[in-house]
Amino acid sequence: MPVLTHLEAIRQGLWEEMERDPSVFLIGEDIAAYGGAFKVTQGLLEKFGADRVIDAPISESAIVGAAVGAALMGMRPVVEMQFMDFIACGFDQIVNMAAKIHYRWGPAVPMVIRGPSGAGVHGGPYHSQSNEMWFVHTPGLKVVVPATAYDAKGLIKAAIRDENPVIFYEHKFLYRRIKDETPEEDYVVPIGKARIAREGTDISVITYGAMVWTALEAAQELEKERISLEVIDLRSLLPYDEEAVLESVRKCNKVMLLHEDTRIGGFAGELAAVIAEKAFEDLDGPVVRITAPDTPVPFSPPLEEYFLPNARKVAEAARRLAVY
Amino acid sequence: MAEKLTRAQYHDLYYYLRLNRRVDEQLTSLYRQGKVVGGVYSSLGQEATAVGSAYALGPDDFLGGMIRDVGAMLVRGFPPRDVFLQYMARRDGPTGGRDANNHFGDLKRGVMAPVSMLGELVPLLAGVGLAARIRRERRVGLTYVGDGATSTTPFHEGLNFAAVLKLPLIVIVENNGWAYSTPVERQMANTKIVDRARAYGIAGEAIDGNDVLEVYEATRRAMQRGYNGDGPTLIEAETMRMKGHAEHDDARYVPKEMLETWRERDPIVNYEKFLTKEKLLTSDEKAVIEARLDKVIREDVEFAERSPFPAPEEAAQPVWA
Amino acid sequence: MKASKDKRTTEKPLTGARRNGGSFNPGSIARPPDGPMTPLSNRGTAQPDSRTLERMLYYLKLTREAEYRIERVLYRQGKIVGGVYVGRGQEAMAVGATIQLREGDVTFPSHRDFAAWLIRGFTLRQIFLNWLGRGDGPSRGRENTGHFGDVKRGLIPIISPLGDTCPLACGTALVQKQRGQGHVTLVHFGEGTTSRGDVHEAMNMAAVWKLPVIFICNNNAYAYSTPTERQYAVKDLSVRGPAYGMPGVTIDGNDVLAVYEAVRRAIARARVGNGPTFIECKTFRMTGHSAHDGAEYVPKRQFEVWAQKDPVARLEKLLFAKKLLTPKAVREMEEAIAEALDDAAAFAESSALPEGAEATEGVYCGPKCWWQSRLHDD
Repeated sequence: MPVLTHLEAIRQGLWEEMERDPSVFLIGEDIAAYGGAFKVTQGLLEKFGADRVIDAPISESAIVGAAVGAALMGMRPVVEMQFMDFIACGFDQIVNMAAKIHYRWGPAVPMVIRGPSGAGVHGGPYHSQSNEMWFVHTPGLKVVVPATAYDAKGLIKAAIRDENPVIFYEHKFLYRRIKDETPEEDYVVPIGKARIAREGTDISVITYGAMVWTALEAAQELEKERISLEVIDLRSLLPYDEEAVLESVRKCNKVMLLHEDTRIGGFAGELAAVIAEKAFEDLDGPVVRITAPDTPVPFSPPLEEYFLPNARKVAEAARRLAVY
Repeated sequence: MAEKLTRAQYHDLYYYLRLNRRVDEQLTSLYRQGKVVGGVYSSLGQEATAVGSAYALGPDDFLGGMIRDVGAMLVRGFPPRDVFLQYMARRDGPTGGRDANNHFGDLKRGVMAPVSMLGELVPLLAGVGLAARIRRERRVGLTYVGDGATSTTPFHEGLNFAAVLKLPLIVIVENNGWAYSTPVERQMANTKIVDRARAYGIAGEAIDGNDVLEVYEATRRAMQRGYNGDGPTLIEAETMRMKGHAEHDDARYVPKEMLETWRERDPIVNYEKFLTKEKLLTSDEKAVIEARLDKVIREDVEFAERSPFPAPEEAAQPVWA
Repeated sequence: MKASKDKRTTEKPLTGARRNGGSFNPGSIARPPDGPMTPLSNRGTAQPDSRTLERMLYYLKLTREAEYRIERVLYRQGKIVGGVYVGRGQEAMAVGATIQLREGDVTFPSHRDFAAWLIRGFTLRQIFLNWLGRGDGPSRGRENTGHFGDVKRGLIPIISPLGDTCPLACGTALVQKQRGQGHVTLVHFGEGTTSRGDVHEAMNMAAVWKLPVIFICNNNAYAYSTPTERQYAVKDLSVRGPAYGMPGVTIDGNDVLAVYEAVRRAIARARVGNGPTFIECKTFRMTGHSAHDGAEYVPKRQFEVWAQKDPVARLEKLLFAKKLLTPKAVREMEEAIAEALDDAAAFAESSALPEGAEATEGVYCGPKCWWQSRLHDD
């Protein structure tokens, strides 16, 4: 099987879907001739032409809104946000228009908004945010956060084929750092299904996105100390795989919830509530959250490192929880 | 010329233009040495717009720039060290390492910090004008946007708002030909940006953004309109981004001839020619200025390099005022 | 669904209506005899033919009466669910513009463009069902007022943050342009909406991509309580057109023929690939912002001045003068309208409210789509 980077996997997913379905097209800023700020869409203009790889003015509202209009006309637009931080500039069109049309009057709005999110590359407060929860709290949207290259490709294809607006979070730290064997034949990864990234017995770590790799790193470290972590990669946040979460909690009886997003209102809070409601009797210890603190993402390397959860912090928390 | 500058003022303008260029060159050098954290966004070729307009402002006026307006911030009194510290993510920088590059400000210096979302400072500086109006203060707010930012929501909403309330706002559109990789004719159908002024019912001027004196004078006129209650001014300053979007971008999408043409219009070279011709700058005076520049750049780079990174736990300082 | 379908049998199916000769009857009320999407020649004369003139008068009157019924009768009886926003005095924009659309064209009416729904083939019964929040209404009780549409009929509704439809119009026009069949998109919005970034971003985008969109500003002088001089600082908003690189015109929005002609020219331009046009229609909101709003902030004199420019009376006068219509024919038209409104109101009132538990259905579209069995079976 060919080995692809996270970024190449997304590009290949876009490519294949555009080949398969002429209604798929791309729209965003600097995505055509330039190939995108991170070069995710490089080569697509040459292959598919300017009608299907469209450079837009710096108008996020108009870009998202035009995508909704095109979706209503039977197209499947894929919008690129140059950085997911700038999705705020198109917020109204996403939460008030795209998310609600189907519920309000019936038509499907099949579209994807994708782009780089997350910290770790010293991007500062406007090139580093994990703002997925803005959209997880908006019924009508789907929110997808892949960790592996295999999943990135399978999920972007699933997102494009979905009948609903899907917000697709790519982690810029993973783009060129993560490689995977990725099959050439067509496959999709279903939205809403979690994956056991690592089987374990003592503590279940439930996480998503780049933090999956952090959890795996911690798990490897703790193996030497005979603490066995199970790592659940949620892959989708809306909808999410509640059953996979509960199953892992029931198996390990201890649980840590890990994300790069800040703490209050983060996804860990929702998971903690569901675990308390449905698996309270299965718990042998407190639910532990490992998240970023409630601040903007700072720029300078020591500050950013302090801000971000990492394997050391996960391992320390796991050691404490293991002896609880 | 509407307003006669003193010899010292001509020299000031020259000094800040050169300082802007020197800071720019130094940043490129630091970037190549691997000492910069993140990207470097050059103002090469656009110095006259930032310097000429900022120099025109009075001490009570406010400005808020964008990424290429370091020159304006230098004019408002930030030492070059602040720029170096910011780009190197050091503790002693104005944001203490929280934000990058020229994303810093200081209310005492009348500078609002830029942000990455383009156009966002237009409503913000309109707000500065609004506060001045309410408190009956003689003050204008000035901000810069690129040609690309004219396509954004805050550009439109901010300008229309300021037009209706006749606020003392100056928006300088630095039409530098490119928004990242997007040429201006892919950004808008009517590339005469100054035409937008009519659409809002405000004053508009199209000027040569590479002529520091023209920028200065246009800004002075706009300030007068603002002070007199005649509302905002939109200034289209024609200029050219002489490098890529950031240091990593080789800008191969920009036609070579375009760069060649604009190299002839270098704002500093041409200003120097003017000063020499008008006998406003002797070679001795020039040498003094260069020595001053050498000194400040050398000292400030040293200072910045000596400054430590911030302590990690400073990340958890309270976010609320 | 079966029961409600049976109830609907008194209303004639649309296909029948289209075949149904000349008279106005309740069954064909929303789709008059020659169909709503009359092809209009790009080279044709500026004056609409007599048949189109008659249809325009019909829709003007129908709109006026239907909105009266909603605002002054049903609302006051407490039967309307939620707020009421009508377009009294500004009916000419939707009529003059929508009447010339073809199949495949798309329109985004504002909330004061009632006639657009009628002309695009929605029945009065559907419209009233929606106003009364009924389970069989086009939004199944999920949305109020005119917040419903139908992609097949080429009508996409607004949402409450006004101006959001302008970027969508760029999207539909982009697809129309790429499909190359000469279809166009209309989008209506008020003058207050022009202050929003979405309108700006969309107009710039449409101009730079030469999209077949016609931006129609229904400038009715007040955005809620805000008069135009507190909304923008120019005399005519149409100056914005050239600023973006598209034609801009200001016309009398109470003259349905002026609307017709300006839109006709714009459509002709758009159909052959010459890009967008901005049309500012000066009109006046003869009501408050909504039914609860007494509009005390509007000088009384203004209402008197604009009453003299009433778009319905003006066209009627013209048709009499041109001897294209007899008083008898108008009377018949009015009787048919009253009858149709009685029918629609009675039908909607007798129709059931939705089941509460349905609130959680149909959030997402998928293989087992809740909407599939419920969409436009009427």
